[in-house]
Amino acid sequence: MTLYLLRRVLLAVVTLWILSIIVFFAGQVLPGDPGRAVLGPFAAERAVRAYDHQLGVDRPLLVQYFGWIGGLLHGNMGTSYTYRSPVEPFIASALANSGKLALLALVIIVPLGIAGGVVAAVYSGRIIDRVISLSGLAGSTVPEFVSGIVLILVFGIALKALPITAATDPGASFADQLDHLILPVIPLVLVLFGYIARMARAGTVEALDSDYARTAVLKGLRRRTMIRRHILRNSLLPTITVIATQTGYLIGGLVVVETLFNYQGIGRLIFNAANGKDFPMLEAGVLVIGVVYMVATLIADVLYTALSPRLRVGAAS
Amino acid sequence: MTEQQADAEPGPRAVPAAGPTLRVEHLEITYRVRGQDRPVVRDVSFEVGRQESYGLVGESGSGKSTVALALVRYLARNGRVSGGSISINGLDPLGLSAARLRDLRARTVSMVYQEPSRALNPSIKAGRQIAEVFQIAGLDRASSLDKARDMLRKVQIADPGRAMDRYPHELSGGMAQRVVIAMALAAEPALLILDEPTTALDATVEAEILDLIAELRRELATSVLFISHNLAVVASMCDRVGVLYAGELVEEGTARQVFGEPAHPYTVALLHCIPRRGQRKDQGRLDAIPGFLPQPGRVTAGCVFAERCSLAADECRTAPPPAFPLGGWHSSRCYRHSEVAELPKTTVYEGGEPGQTARPVAPLVTISSLSKTFGTGQNAVRALANVNLKIWRGETLGLVGESGSGKSTLARTLLGLIPPDRGSVLELDGTALSASLPKRTLEQLKALQIVFQNPDSALNRRRSVRWLIARPLRRLAGLSGRRLAERLDDLIRSVRMEARQLNLRPGQLSGGLKQRVAIARAFGGGPRLVVCDEPTSALDVSVQAAILNLLADLQAKEQVTYLFISHDLGVVRYLSDRIAVLYLGRIMEIGPAEQVFAGPHHPYTEALLSAVPSLDGKRTERIRLTGEIPAAASPPSGCVFHTRCPRRLASGACEHAEPGLDEVEPGHFISCHIPFGELRRLQAPGIAVQVKDQAQK
Repeated sequence: MTLYLLRRVLLAVVTLWILSIIVFFAGQVLPGDPGRAVLGPFAAERAVRAYDHQLGVDRPLLVQYFGWIGGLLHGNMGTSYTYRSPVEPFIASALANSGKLALLALVIIVPLGIAGGVVAAVYSGRIIDRVISLSGLAGSTVPEFVSGIVLILVFGIALKALPITAATDPGASFADQLDHLILPVIPLVLVLFGYIARMARAGTVEALDSDYARTAVLKGLRRRTMIRRHILRNSLLPTITVIATQTGYLIGGLVVVETLFNYQGIGRLIFNAANGKDFPMLEAGVLVIGVVYMVATLIADVLYTALSPRLRVGAAS
Repeated sequence: MTEQQADAEPGPRAVPAAGPTLRVEHLEITYRVRGQDRPVVRDVSFEVGRQESYGLVGESGSGKSTVALALVRYLARNGRVSGGSISINGLDPLGLSAARLRDLRARTVSMVYQEPSRALNPSIKAGRQIAEVFQIAGLDRASSLDKARDMLRKVQIADPGRAMDRYPHELSGGMAQRVVIAMALAAEPALLILDEPTTALDATVEAEILDLIAELRRELATSVLFISHNLAVVASMCDRVGVLYAGELVEEGTARQVFGEPAHPYTVALLHCIPRRGQRKDQGRLDAIPGFLPQPGRVTAGCVFAERCSLAADECRTAPPPAFPLGGWHSSRCYRHSEVAELPKTTVYEGGEPGQTARPVAPLVTISSLSKTFGTGQNAVRALANVNLKIWRGETLGLVGESGSGKSTLARTLLGLIPPDRGSVLELDGTALSASLPKRTLEQLKALQIVFQNPDSALNRRRSVRWLIARPLRRLAGLSGRRLAERLDDLIRSVRMEARQLNLRPGQLSGGLKQRVAIARAFGGGPRLVVCDEPTSALDVSVQAAILNLLADLQAKEQVTYLFISHDLGVVRYLSDRIAVLYLGRIMEIGPAEQVFAGPHHPYTEALLSAVPSLDGKRTERIRLTGEIPAAASPPSGCVFHTRCPRRLASGACEHAEPGLDEVEPGHFISCHIPFGELRRLQAPGIAVQVKDQAQK
């Protein structure tokens, strides 16, 4: 197991390194240059060039890249061009915000999606299955900006039941924060419910069809007991992997939702950094999301192995 | 837990003192496919008496498993019992409430089916799965586990404590089936349904499991419904037998009646399909059943077998025959049951004169010091250990052994699909064969071909038959244009298919036809040697016969050499000129087929042979292998077979020294410490009994 983990971590490091190359050089493709972006369109060309020189962006790309990577290895993620201060505090606060939103979304979506999928599988082909599968599909086809705007219009503006921004004053109470996060979470739930329910349904249908399910039924078990004891553990394994990959999306992929609800998450941070040609911020943000992805899938794989005895032994030997 | 105790509310364990355990009357089962009802079981009636063992035989699609599932009310959702009645211990599973049905399943009827490893939940330990049966009956956790351990002891698992803590994938096939049987018998059911319980197991393991079932049946006084496609297994296990064909019970009687004096043409045809003891390819062809099983659900006006029956007359095609009682238990649904005994053979031998396989001076293939190790270091598994072998031109070399003996590895290294260890030498016609496929010449690639076990996965299902067969013709034989078309036509005819079938895709063909395509493909490049890796084990016996005939005909015509791998010794004997017996990657015995079968032979060969049940239903005194096949990763010292050998020498030689492969008769080699003369004495008829006794001590 230790060996397995070690291998995985090593692989993750290699992946992150490749990611760093991609994000670094992809950033260079963006039109315009940082000095211009910071100083504005009316600044003198000389001032822009001087600023660029100060930032070091006029150096050869490879030199810039190794300088940046070297800094990363020393725990220094760089200095924001826009704010002219280290990027770490920005990243940390955005990550914390994104984490809160993602966590809330997961807390709602995982039980709901799994329950929906299992129920749909158990009653597969019946009305309730159709309803769950169809609503899941419909939900995931509605883009966040559509459902988000509708929600804001209905609950925020017409009914005035919920706050329309997700941001809270610093030091707001937990309940207050929760209150602000309810609206932004709903579009995410809509998008992800279909995904997770579909995976859970597929796994459960397969397990229900298996010989061991038949064995369990023919032992004289009640259906509910049979499903709980014999089906779920086997059927939900693939769902774990899906949830892990969606965690990455929930942390890093929410530009739209964060913008719509004026929430300082990491998605929005990266988006703004790209707009402002703030490369250090952009690169650091993308790498952090990469790490989150990696950790999430690693946790999922470990969980998967732990729940499946067949793999457990395989990993041990 | 509470809900289970509620479950266990004592229902009537209705045991009417008299009457059969199971009574099925005029059972009709239909599947609804695309909005249409298709009858798959029609008017099936039979009884299983108290402590009786009743066998249902039939090919795939005959409806035998469907009947079994109906008995426990577990038909697929689109299936339903559309007529007739079922009574198990006086209870009708079809009419019971959900709670009563659970009670029936929990206490009165159990089922064991084909793949033991799939019947067990992969993520629950074996012990807990058995214990669950006792918990359903209301016992607490601790005593359930104790009882589960007792059950494991009852199914003769040597170390029940260890087996309890194993997950299903950590159990061998035989062990897993013992666990499933333990689970099925835990509630001491009145009726045990066994659906192909040994089909997925090795012959030696099958024999052990069958012995176990027979023993437990006597001990627990359970009635058994035994379902199998294997006539010999049913003959050895069952008191009475019913033969199913296309959803109808066409013949019924005691095992002796049905297999000894069959009174239905289908039963006779089935029996003719099987290579009987000692039948060989040069003594004529097997009698395949012409035509195909009717599509499931097709309604025929007359007898379901009429289309394929050589006795069929007008009345057979107009009105379904009733079951004619023939005295005792025997009955047959055939108007012409009295003429069945003289049923003519349907397959005429049309091959050339049975040629004596002359042994030429030079072998086609020479294999010397062939070894193959998978993995490295501690995990190294030696799948083949120093195998030396010659394959003569035009012969069939049969390769037998249990799973894990290295049969397929040997074939694959020869084909270049996996590279052998360093130092291994493979030669074709005296020139070295490179270990890796890309380095072989086109001639060598052409020369060696294979027919796989499962034609379903061996053929690209997106391609037409024409494409599949034309490809080797283009790539290997270098044909194109008209010559390609001619050869294609020639090939398709030589595998007894029709030109119009060239445009079909594999999915539109039956299993037998698919295997014919695979054979045509293998013969496309004009091979010298074709490896047949269990080519018929995924097929029904009637189809198997046709394929074996085809292979024999092609060999006679094309002078091709076969390396024939099969676990079915009857099939191997039919087709092989010589036989090599493998155990843990080593050759135990090799020689002319007749001598290997007739003996004296290696004790392992002896055990393999005595594991084969015979159709006459006699349970011959057999020698039994006990214990599992040792892991190839840590083979036993000395003779690798000594841990299971019932004839192990007392001197200890077997444990310490590995015997050489010595020539005991011209062309017949055995690797055993026991001198040949001694083997002859030991294996003389009548002595086997004592050996069995000794082995048990």
